[in-house]
Amino acid sequence: GTPDPPPAARARVRRDCRTSLGKALLSSMFAVGADVLDIGGSGGRRSRNDPLGAPPSALGGPTGFCLPPTADPAAFCRTNFTAEKGKDMNQEIKFAKGTTTLAFKYNGGIIISVDSRATQGPYIASQNVKKVIEINKFLVGTMAGGAADCQFWERNLGTQCRLYELRNKERISVAAASKLLANTLLQYRGYGLSMGTMITGWDKTGPQLYYVDDAGTRLHGDMFAVGSGSTWAYGVLDNYYRPDLTDEEAIELGKRAIYHATHRDAFSGGMNNVYIMKPDGWTQVYRGDVNDYHYALFPPPPPPPGGPPLPATAA
Amino acid sequence: PVRPPPPPPRPPRRRSCARAPGTRPSLPSEGPRAPGSCHIMSRYDRAITVFSPDGNLFQVEYAMEAVRRGATTVGVRGADCVILGVERKAVANLQDPRTIRKICKVDDHLTLAFSGLTADARVLVNKTRLECQSYRLTCEDAPTVEYVARFMAKTQQRYTQRGGVRPFGVSSMLAGFSPDAEPQLWLVEPSGTFSAWRANAIGGRNEKAVKEFLVKNWAAGLDEAASVRLTGKALLEVV
Repeated sequence: GTPDPPPAARARVRRDCRTSLGKALLSSMFAVGADVLDIGGSGGRRSRNDPLGAPPSALGGPTGFCLPPTADPAAFCRTNFTAEKGKDMNQEIKFAKGTTTLAFKYNGGIIISVDSRATQGPYIASQNVKKVIEINKFLVGTMAGGAADCQFWERNLGTQCRLYELRNKERISVAAASKLLANTLLQYRGYGLSMGTMITGWDKTGPQLYYVDDAGTRLHGDMFAVGSGSTWAYGVLDNYYRPDLTDEEAIELGKRAIYHATHRDAFSGGMNNVYIMKPDGWTQVYRGDVNDYHYALFPPPPPPPGGPPLPATAA
Repeated sequence: PVRPPPPPPRPPRRRSCARAPGTRPSLPSEGPRAPGSCHIMSRYDRAITVFSPDGNLFQVEYAMEAVRRGATTVGVRGADCVILGVERKAVANLQDPRTIRKICKVDDHLTLAFSGLTADARVLVNKTRLECQSYRLTCEDAPTVEYVARFMAKTQQRYTQRGGVRPFGVSSMLAGFSPDAEPQLWLVEPSGTFSAWRANAIGGRNEKAVKEFLVKNWAAGLDEAASVRLTGKALLEVV
């Protein structure tokens, strides 16, 4: 069925319902998918919270939660936080945005490789953020953009996936899970959410990878890199990717791509976490500091014989 | 000014038939009425949302009675097919019989045949078709027969638990295939229950006789021709 409009839209419509135009808007807004049981009048509409009211959509809609008591949350975010793409270089409250996350599908499964740095402008807020969100044993999501948005909505997606499993006695497909998330984000479009996430998993059709973002975009593909360091990651991935990589080669490729992105992008760094997706679920196969990896790949040259010792390398 | 005296209290109305509070009037399908019993509704069957003291929802039972007044529908599950047969009642001379549709396509892979009130069935089938497309849009996959049966049952149950509405007077048989290509036949009733069957009959004057015929003659592993023959013979039991 048609999902309910988000709470703020309903609040807006409720305020307008006193005018006749508002009444027309009210009836048209609820006409599609309106339960025929709503026997007329605002009495039926008012009892939106009663347990015998219109039921939630069959596959579970987004959890209702209170929006800030402003007329237009999207405009509020735009004016007060400058939370808009391309205009947020001088934010007063800076949202953590820099990241590099990547995932690619090969013959043996899917590799998910992420960094772990969170920045607020030039300030490194954390080097240890968990950017892979384990939705369930067979589904993994990555985080890029607003950390709270990603965490909350992917946990919400986990709830919906579990309900699907309980109702239908089988695991949800990755296509359906990513569609549920994309539908949710599309409902909140313009409300200031910031998410660029990849939903990956292994279902009956094999390994699947979807990119979902806050605009409601949902793309099916074999390789994605998301975040401020994605361009460097794509450079490495595009050069060395082959579908017939072995597991070790694929893991190494994931590590390298993140390493190169963190080396050049100021907003990416910290620890590299690599996960692999196999038919029986995901496993974390690597967690290491990208700085140590740099010196493993490019060890400093030995001091010249007889000359002064090189200064100790900075941490 | 002198007010007229208040009218004397009216004597209490005596019902013309005495019945224990929990019982309901006998239904036509239960055979001829005993002399002296009457058809006045008891206190507990007027509103859908009221249980009777002995735990009946009379309106739901009356809905099933409405199903029995409809034409018979027979469903048989064979080894690799599902057969749905409906009884076509005698049509008026001037009516075009092809416009009476009792077997409805719900989705590419699902068909439904119903017994009971045709108008109610139309509304229910429309809701079900919408739900199938909504499922396809959200999950990018065809809904299973069990999912659709569960949705129909959930819809019908909702109409038994709300004031101001009445239940759908429709029982439906849903035929389709599972993702493993197993034939499936599901029955959905006005009370909101759903279950899978190997063969069943709903509606019609002689429902019991048709069901007994199916119990006696259904066997596992029937091919398409044998299933069709069984369905036809079961329908002949109606008359």
